[in-house]
Amino acid sequence: MSSVLYDTPGPRAKRRNVLVSVVFFVLLAALAWWIWQVLDDKNQLRWALWQPFTTSQAWTTYLLPGLTNTLKAAALAMIIALPLGAVFGIARLSDHRWVRSVAGVVVEFFRAIPVLLLMLFANEFFSRYTQVTSDDRPFYAVVTGLVLYNASVLAEVVRAGILALPKGQTEAAYAIGLRKGQTMTSILLPQAVTAMLPAIVSQLVVIVKDTALGGVMLGFAELLSERGTLAANYANVIASFVVVAAIYIVLNFALTSFASWLEGRLRRSKRGTGAVLGAEDMEELNPAAVGGGFGAGSAA
Amino acid sequence: MARRRFERWRAPPSTYATHPEAREIVFDFLQGYDVLGAFWTTVQLTLLSAVGSLVWGTLLAAMRVSPVPLMRGFGTAYVNIVRNIPLTIIILFASLGLADIFGATMGASDFKVQGFRLAVLGLVGYTAAFVCEAIRSGINTVPLGQAEAARAIGLNFTQTLRLIVLPQAFRAVIGPLANVLIALTKNTTVAAAIGVAEAATLMKTMIENEAQTLAIGAVFALGFVVLTLPMGLLLGWVGKRLAVKR
Repeated sequence: MSSVLYDTPGPRAKRRNVLVSVVFFVLLAALAWWIWQVLDDKNQLRWALWQPFTTSQAWTTYLLPGLTNTLKAAALAMIIALPLGAVFGIARLSDHRWVRSVAGVVVEFFRAIPVLLLMLFANEFFSRYTQVTSDDRPFYAVVTGLVLYNASVLAEVVRAGILALPKGQTEAAYAIGLRKGQTMTSILLPQAVTAMLPAIVSQLVVIVKDTALGGVMLGFAELLSERGTLAANYANVIASFVVVAAIYIVLNFALTSFASWLEGRLRRSKRGTGAVLGAEDMEELNPAAVGGGFGAGSAA
Repeated sequence: MARRRFERWRAPPSTYATHPEAREIVFDFLQGYDVLGAFWTTVQLTLLSAVGSLVWGTLLAAMRVSPVPLMRGFGTAYVNIVRNIPLTIIILFASLGLADIFGATMGASDFKVQGFRLAVLGLVGYTAAFVCEAIRSGINTVPLGQAEAARAIGLNFTQTLRLIVLPQAFRAVIGPLANVLIALTKNTTVAAAIGVAEAATLMKTMIENEAQTLAIGAVFALGFVVLTLPMGLLLGWVGKRLAVKR
């Protein structure tokens, strides 16, 4: 194979590659062996510690309720953040300077703040100024923090999605006599939302990952904090970490794959303007965004 | 006209001068807390993790574009696994797994230093995946024709890399890397999960013990705006200036 960095290997390069492969394999194997030894030494590999995950009890008592809470918080945050983000995204494109700049300041402010600070603040705010019970508070705080942060990220996505549409769309809408509001709601926004779908799904990965913060810092009973309860019960630190991490990986990998599938489908589709906001664009808008790059094995 | 309005607006707040105790009442929630010290820890976490993840991320990127399939596979697997795990898990595992079970005390004598170093380790491992992707995408922005032309005029591999490909890739990568750095700055707050005394940890303590919820929130929010905003503006400007125009 050829890339920008190197030619198709000849006989000498092939031999060198084999040698490097062998050395690298030995290093990896040594690392794996060391990890195995330590785990064995610390009795972390005993079947008794892994066995709970083959029973339904560990799943129905800890993991599934935790996962449900994670998904509930993530879905709710996305559902609230989406319209909020759309409003701010459109406001940033307003013709009125005051609307534009105020929306801009709000969006940039919430994008600059760590989501953990927003969660901590929301938690304290709810405890002081509202009647939310202490059982529900972590959930409310996590969702509030996620909404504030992700609405500002989605505002940028909406803005980019609308800007990505060809200018002719607006011009044609004006030409047939639509007003600004009508142009936005019946011409630009529907197309922008379609173009944004892959980016929105990738943002869901970020939200799912951020719910874990609420679990550790606020005691929200999501997947990661349920891991703590489970590990306290079965004394299986390593096993519980491995299983919970695997659940996150499978979940997020599925979401990312879905996003790339959507992206490919939208890019190929003959209808529409062909404007698509993919995971790659997302990384520019939201530094913490994950996604894209799957299956793209090397620089080709 | 404008000046007169300004003066009229300015006149009242002489209360601080006439009643010195007013200042103490307004700002007394900061008493006894080392806010600057906490932010200094945040800055240290950011800088150390930035250097570490730049090194490890570059190595990973080199693996992902290398001609050796095993290294490519390792790089791809690492990036895809790490990017799909919450940072909170990684930081927590650094403390409960690496330190407690693997005995990685990081050469620290007390728990404070150990927690700090473990947090840096976790942040490096996590951020490196994003650095790797940024660098790889930078290499991908260099058109194939550039390297082909370089080889056609007789440059060898190292010359092609050093003179043609990397200078262009490096300049394309500044913008994406700036975004990673900003994300890293915000992500250092996750170190609060293992009790590192940085900004978020202090904010949690203060907000629970002091009455001025809003003021405390504002102080810490402002701290992060001050840290990340100039970073984004400066590096964004540098990145735009240096970008290769195609």
